[in-house]
Amino acid sequence: MKKRIIVIGGGVAGMQTALRLAEQGVEPVIVEKEPELGGKLRGWHVLFPSFTPAEEVLTALRRRVNESGIEVLTSAEVVGLEPRSVRLADGRELHGDSVVVATGFTLFDASIKEEYGYGIYDNVLTSADLERMFNEGRVARADGTAPRRIAFLHCVGSRDEKVCQQHCSKVCCITGVKQAMEMKKLFPEADVFNFYMDIRMFGPGYEEMYREAQQKYNIHFVRGRISEAAPTIDGRVQIKAEDTLTGRPLRMSVDMLVLLIGMRANDDNARLAEGAGLNRASSGFMAPRDLFLGNVCSNVGGIFYAGAVTAPKSIGETLNEATAAADAAAKYAEA
Amino acid sequence: MMKRRSWQEYQKEIADDRYYYARSCIRQNFFPGSEKAFIDILQNDLGKELLDDPKHSSCTGIGYHSDIVPLETIMTVVARQFSLMNEAGYENFVTSCITSFGIYCEVLSTWNEFPETEEKTRENLLKATGREFRKPASLAHTSDVMFHFRDQIAARAKHRLVNAVTGEPLKVVEHIGCHYAKIFPKSGIGGSEFPYVLAGMIESWGGEVVDYPERRHCCGFGFRNYLVQANRGYSIANSHKKLESMAPYKPDFIVANCPGCAMFLDKWQYTIAEMEGTTYGQNGHGIPVLTYEEMAGLVLGYDPWALGLQMHQVDVEPLLDKMGIEYDPAAKYLGRNGKYIGKPASAVVNCCPTDTIYDIRE
Repeated sequence: MKKRIIVIGGGVAGMQTALRLAEQGVEPVIVEKEPELGGKLRGWHVLFPSFTPAEEVLTALRRRVNESGIEVLTSAEVVGLEPRSVRLADGRELHGDSVVVATGFTLFDASIKEEYGYGIYDNVLTSADLERMFNEGRVARADGTAPRRIAFLHCVGSRDEKVCQQHCSKVCCITGVKQAMEMKKLFPEADVFNFYMDIRMFGPGYEEMYREAQQKYNIHFVRGRISEAAPTIDGRVQIKAEDTLTGRPLRMSVDMLVLLIGMRANDDNARLAEGAGLNRASSGFMAPRDLFLGNVCSNVGGIFYAGAVTAPKSIGETLNEATAAADAAAKYAEA
Repeated sequence: MMKRRSWQEYQKEIADDRYYYARSCIRQNFFPGSEKAFIDILQNDLGKELLDDPKHSSCTGIGYHSDIVPLETIMTVVARQFSLMNEAGYENFVTSCITSFGIYCEVLSTWNEFPETEEKTRENLLKATGREFRKPASLAHTSDVMFHFRDQIAARAKHRLVNAVTGEPLKVVEHIGCHYAKIFPKSGIGGSEFPYVLAGMIESWGGEVVDYPERRHCCGFGFRNYLVQANRGYSIANSHKKLESMAPYKPDFIVANCPGCAMFLDKWQYTIAEMEGTTYGQNGHGIPVLTYEEMAGLVLGYDPWALGLQMHQVDVEPLLDKMGIEYDPAAKYLGRNGKYIGKPASAVVNCCPTDTIYDIRE
C-alpha cells in the first residue's frame, strides 16, 4: 500500500513537494486554506530576474498537479498537526505517514509603518498592490493619470526593529529593481527613485539587473530611508529622506510611492508550532532542525518544512527546497 | 474627516472626574486665560471636581532639557508632585504642559523599566522633604481631558467651528506638541503619526482638519533651539516651513496643545512678517492661533477677552467674525475691572492700517 503524506499549503512549495512525492511513488494530499492552489504567487505579475510571467510557472505547476491525480483539499484550514495527522478547522482529521509544512509567509502590513500613510493617502501603494495593477493592465495614480515621478522604498517591514522584524526579507531588493524597470518601461518619461539602506543582490543575474536598471533605465538609487510621507494639496505625496551618501536631507514630491513590503513569519506559525511542539526562530519563522544537514526537517520527527515557512526565499529556492523536503518526508514515511 | 480611523487603536484611560491639576510654567504669560478657562469649563460647564493646588512646583522640564537639572533631581521633583496629589486625596494627575506631560511619562516609564530608580527616588524624596508618594492611577494631558468631554462640550455649544455666513466648516490646522506622543506613542490619543486629540475636538465641534504636508513637523520650539540665541534661526525656520506648507490650504485658524507651539506659531508670524514681509493668513494678515481651551471656550460662548485672546500676536477678530461671535472691540484692551492694560503697536501681521506695512530690507 502506498504511503500517504500530508502537504500543508498549496502554494509553489506545496505543489512542488506534492509533485515530487508523486514521482517517488508516494501518495500526497495537498491541504490548502484558500479556494484554489497557487498561494502568494497568484497575485504576482512577472518574476525576477528573467521577467518570466508568474502565471507561466503557476499554470505549469497546477497542470502537473492535475495530471498527476494528486488529491487536493481546498478551503481547508489546518488548525493542528502531529507527525501522522492534521486537524482541519471543520473538525475533519486527515491521517498520513508524515507531514510537510509548506504554509509560506505573511506579507508585512504596510499600515503598521504609520509614517508612510499607507491606506490613508492615495498613491501610496505596496509592491503587492503594484503587481496586482500590472496584472490588471492598468497602472495609474488614483485620479487615473500617469505618474511622472515614482519613488520606491526598500525594506518596509524588514530589518526594522521598531516593528519587531529584524530579519532581511531578501527578495524585496531585487523586486524593487524589477518593479522600477517595469515602471520605466510603462512610463519612459517618468523619474524613478529607489530609496534603500543596502542593496542585496544575492542571486544569479541580480547584480547585472541592478546595473542595467541604472545604466539602461536611468533609475536613481538613493541610499537613505524615507522618514515620512505626507499628502500635498495637489494629491501628490511629499517624502522626506536623508541621502546618506551626500549627507544631506532631501524633500521631494512624488506621484506615487511604492512600499516594498517584506515577508514576515506566517501568522499561523505560533499556533501550529505550539500544538505540535515545533521550534520557531526569534523572527517567528519555523526553525529547521539544523541549518545545514537538516534544513528541511523540523525538530519533531515526521514533520518537514518546504519553502518560506522557515525563511524568506525566492521562487527558485522554494522549488529546490520543496524537492528536498519531499525526499526527506518520503524517506521517513518508508522507514 | 480624518481618513485614518486607526487613532482608535491608540486609546488610553482618561479619568472621568476628580483631577489633580498641574499648571504650566509659561502658559499664564503667553495665553493667560487658557488655564483658567480649563478650570472653569471643567468645574462650571461640566460639573467636575478639580484641585488647582498652589503647592505644586515646576516639573523642572525646561532645566532638564537644557542639561542643568539632572535626571535624579527631576525624578524627585516629580515624586513630590505625586506626593502632594496623594496628600490632597486625588489620584488622577492632569498636566497643562506638554513638556511636563512628556516628563511624567518618561519618569513613570523609567521607574517601570528600571525599578531601582524608583527606589532611589523614594529615598531621595524622603531625605529631602520627609515625604512618601504613590504613583497616580491615571496620567493625562489636559487636552486629553478636553477630548474626553468633546461631545458634552458639543452638546452645550453656543457657537460651532463653522463659518456663520456660508455654513461651511472652518478649516483648522491642528498642531500637536512633539512631547505629547512622539516619545511615547501610546501615551497619546491616536499615537505619534496621526494624533487625534485635537482633530477629535475639531470634528466634534463642526470644523474640518487640514492635512498638509508638514503637519507632523516640529514647530521649532525645542528648548535647545530657542534658549540659545544663536540657534533661533533654526527655530524660526521650522515654524516658517510649517506656515509655508499650510498656507495654500487657507486655514481659518491654528490650534495647538503645547505651550511652546501655540506661542511660536503665533509670534513667529510677526517675526517673519517683519523680516520678509510675508504673511500667511487671509487679506494679508496672520493666521490666528488658539489653544484648545480657547477654542473650547469660544465654542461654549465665553467672552473672547475673558479668554485672553487680546494677548495673542495675531489678531483673532477675523476668526470671531467668521464664527459669528459678538464681541466689544472697545473692551479688547481692558483687563479686570475695566482697567486699561495697554495696546501693542500695530504690525503687518495684525489687522492694522496698511500704511504701517514696511519691508525691513528697504
